This record gives sequence, C-alpha cells and structure tokens, in this order.
Amino acid sequence: MAINIEQIRADFPILQETVYGKPLVYLDNAATTHKPQQVIDAVSEVYLKYNSNIHRGVHHLSNVCTQAHEEARIKVQQFINAQHSHEVIFTRGTTESINLLASSFADTFLNAGDEILVSQLEHHSNIVPWQLLEKKKGVILKYIPINQAGELILDNIDELINDRTKLVAVAHISNALGTVNPIKTIIQQAHSKNIPVMIDGAQAVQHVKVDVQELDCDFYVFSGHKLYAPTGIGVLYGKEEWLNKLEPYHGGGEMIKTVSFEGTTFNELPFKFEAGTPDFSGSVGLGAAIDYVNNIGIDVIAQYEHELLSYATQQLSSIPNIRFFGTAAEKASVISFLIGEIHPFDIGTMLDRMGIAVRTGHHCAQPLMQYYNIPGTLRASFAIYNTKEEIDKLTEATERIAQLFG
Amino acid sequence: MTINEIQEEIIEEFAAFDEWMDKYSYLIEIGNDLEGFKDEWRLEQNLIEGCQSKVWVHAELQDDKIIYSADSDAIITKGIIALLIRVLSGRTPDEILNSELNFVEEIGLKDHLSPTRSNGLLAMMKQMRLYAVAFKAKLG
Repeated sequence: MAINIEQIRADFPILQETVYGKPLVYLDNAATTHKPQQVIDAVSEVYLKYNSNIHRGVHHLSNVCTQAHEEARIKVQQFINAQHSHEVIFTRGTTESINLLASSFADTFLNAGDEILVSQLEHHSNIVPWQLLEKKKGVILKYIPINQAGELILDNIDELINDRTKLVAVAHISNALGTVNPIKTIIQQAHSKNIPVMIDGAQAVQHVKVDVQELDCDFYVFSGHKLYAPTGIGVLYGKEEWLNKLEPYHGGGEMIKTVSFEGTTFNELPFKFEAGTPDFSGSVGLGAAIDYVNNIGIDVIAQYEHELLSYATQQLSSIPNIRFFGTAAEKASVISFLIGEIHPFDIGTMLDRMGIAVRTGHHCAQPLMQYYNIPGTLRASFAIYNTKEEIDKLTEATERIAQLFG
Repeated sequence: MTINEIQEEIIEEFAAFDEWMDKYSYLIEIGNDLEGFKDEWRLEQNLIEGCQSKVWVHAELQDDKIIYSADSDAIITKGIIALLIRVLSGRTPDEILNSELNFVEEIGLKDHLSPTRSNGLLAMMKQMRLYAVAFKAKLG
C-alpha cells in the first residue's frame, strides 16, 4: 500500500512552521518526533472533558479517566504483542525504564563480580544506569564490540555471555548509526544460558514491527515521544514472571496494598511499579499515537522510511569527501555522516539557518564516537512525514556549505 | 581605539553583508585565520567543554594589559572567538571589566551566546572576565 504523504503531512501542524523564514525541514526524528493532530486532540480532550485522578475515585470522571488510562495500556500491549496488559509498566520514558530495571534488578539479583553485558553502540541511557551499579554493587559492565560498519561482532558472544553474566541489555536499533542489531540471536544465546535480556527499543518501535513474544525478550523499553506521542510517557515491558520477582522502584501511593508503620504490602502488577499519580494524559496520548501508527500500518511505515534512507544514502554519496558512519547491512531511518574534517557543529549551524534541523554531536553515544575517533557526526533521521524533496534540500544545502569551507 | 570604537567598527563591517551566508563565510574566513594559540596551552585547565564544540582560552599579562589567546575545534565558533579577541585582547583589566559587549547581538549572532547552543562561547566570555578580575587583583 502506498502512503498518502500530503495527508500525513497535513496531520502534523508543526510542519507548517518556518525557520528563519524558510519552510521547516525536520530531520531530527531520532531525537523526538512531532505529534499529529490526533494525538494533540486526545491529550486536549483529557483536560477538556475528563481530567481526574485515576484508580481511586468513586466519581464518574475518575472512572472515565481510569478507563482511558487502562485502555492505553491495552493498546501498548497489543502494539508490542505482550501476553498480558499488566506486563506493560508506564514510565516517563526509556531512560526511566532502564533505571527502574537496573535498580530493581540489582536489588534482587546482583552481587559484586556479576556482569552486565551491553554493546559498544549503546546510548548513554543504557550505559550509565549500569555503571552506577559498578559503584554501588561492584557489578562489572562488559560490552559487545562493533566493526567499522557499526555492526555488533558476535564472534566471541559465547565468552561475553558467561557464568558471571546476569543480564544482557542491548539496543534494538542504534540511535547514532541506525544499525539494526541481531537481537534475536543475542536473546537466543543468552537464554541458552538462562540469562535474561533487556532490549532498548527507543529507536525501533516507530520504525519496525515489534513482537515481544516472538522475540522472547524478557524486558523491552521505549519512549512515547519518539513514536509521535507526548513527552514524559514511556514503557517498560517485562515478562510477568520477571516483574513479579523484582522489588518496587519508587514508593508512594498507588503501588501499595496496605500500609502501616509496621510494614507495607505492595500492590500487584502493573501498579507495583507505578508509584504516585501516573501521567494519564501522556498514556492517553501514547494510545492515540499507537492508533495513528496502526492506521497507516507499521509495515507501510517501515517500507516508506527504508525508501527514504536508501534515497538519502544515494543522494548524499554525491557530496565530495562525505564520510558515512554506520554502513551496516541492516539499517533503519538514521544516516550519520561528516564532510571531510569539517566540524559537525559548523555544518549543523548553517543547515539550521537554511531551515534544516539535524542533530550534531556525539548523540549521547560517546563510547561509539571514541571508537571512530571523531568528535561527533551530523545525523539526519527520518519519520513517516519526511519526503525525498526534503532529502534533496539537505543534500544541496550540505554541498553548498561544504564548499564554503573549501 | 577604545573597546566601544572597535565594537562599532565590527558592527559596521557586518552591516555590509546582506545575506546571512556572507556573514558566516566571513566568520569562517577569520576563524581560519585565527592563529597564535600555542600547543603548550592546550591543557585541561584551559578547556571549556561545550556539548557541541570545545573552546580553549589562555590569558597572560603583558605591560599591565591582558593578552587573550583562544582556539576551538569548530570554525564558526572560532570566528566569533576571533572577534572577541579583537575587542578585548590588549586591554587593561579595568577596561575589560567596565566594558559592555553588545556587538555580538548587534551583528545578529546573539544565538551563539545562548546557553542552549552549548558551544562554549558563553562560558568563554565569562572566563575572559574572570581572568580580568584575577589580573586586577594581582596588579593591586
């Protein structure tokens, strides 16, 4: 099925904005995506019609709001094909999901000398929470190395996943390079040794079909705001058996069954991990975003974005001295590059003046930049509303800027 | 020339550019031409790490005047540094501390000094003033 790009662009009001008097060309979607009117309306409707604190009201609005929040949970469940809706924990985003898991997992399962395995291309949010455990618990962080193309090298995976490994935590798709990692192989390898796996899906759920049962991952985390949903809402999916084994992360209201000064019993899943008033307008927005994506079809989105990526790679290749970072055989929606030795900040600054928004810098993946020995890259990342015309503008502008630097 | 006269001179120079592209070409040119930062000064203590670009600043006193030298890994940042040095280097601490820098805003590059740019320039300007305070104390 072909997509109606005009219709899709019309759904996103912000795309009509101008930057320095020029039409906005937004190619920073790996950082955050824009929101369609349908999502904006769903969030507005919460405040216009049924805002009320959830799960504890006897009154009508509270019930309506609770229902909307729980319907959103079911939409997430179906979107990632989780077995149960109570396996979907709402968080503030990927970062909080990983911190929650790191903290709760460490409480029960980690001791000095235990190893956590990540990869060399992780975002800082899947490095630092584990590093904090190095200090707190004496846990050791190991990583799967990459090759020049930005692909994980699995040759020594048997040694990397060993008796001391307690958890494997890897990105589904690299935020800086766009590499689609062989997570299924990694999950199988880890499971053959009874080691659980967490997949960071922050860069994946908006681009490819995710089926957590088919992947058989034990945890899967992602953010709403990169999936056309509002900021401040995210998801920690966990298999029921694992979530039941973990201690709560935050304490407070909602997550308890009974409280006395002598002791507290905790509520069941998913509420055990959702202390305090949850972001119910965010969850409703996330539900609307999932509806939006489902209406177009994630497979249709994947195919269209793949066309954009191929086109961008081909067009940008014509620029003299371009250096691509991340040339993996399997990639999604991200193109990272430099022109000769020109600093990415210089090109990014000038692209901005031309109305073109890209990300410059280390993309919160400094170990990866250290591997390539570069200060950072320019990163263009695509979403469903981008067009080939926008890629042409990026190519022409980059070439023109590069000429100024001689 | 006073600090304000040099600021005026720069503002006039930039007024000649109709297009933002010409303005940036000029910054690239003077950024490329900025020299004099010695390797021995490229130390951790002289580094101002912006999230996006790095800036190194060195200052020393010569005949009661402060001589600034600076460098950056990004050329546009370096171009703006060249302008700051042109305005402030070779001045007494008092001249620097009493100055009000408005030229960056006047030539339409205020964006580059915003904390959100995180290119190290704002921190560099603060650092230049701190050097002036320190050298003033030293001179007594």
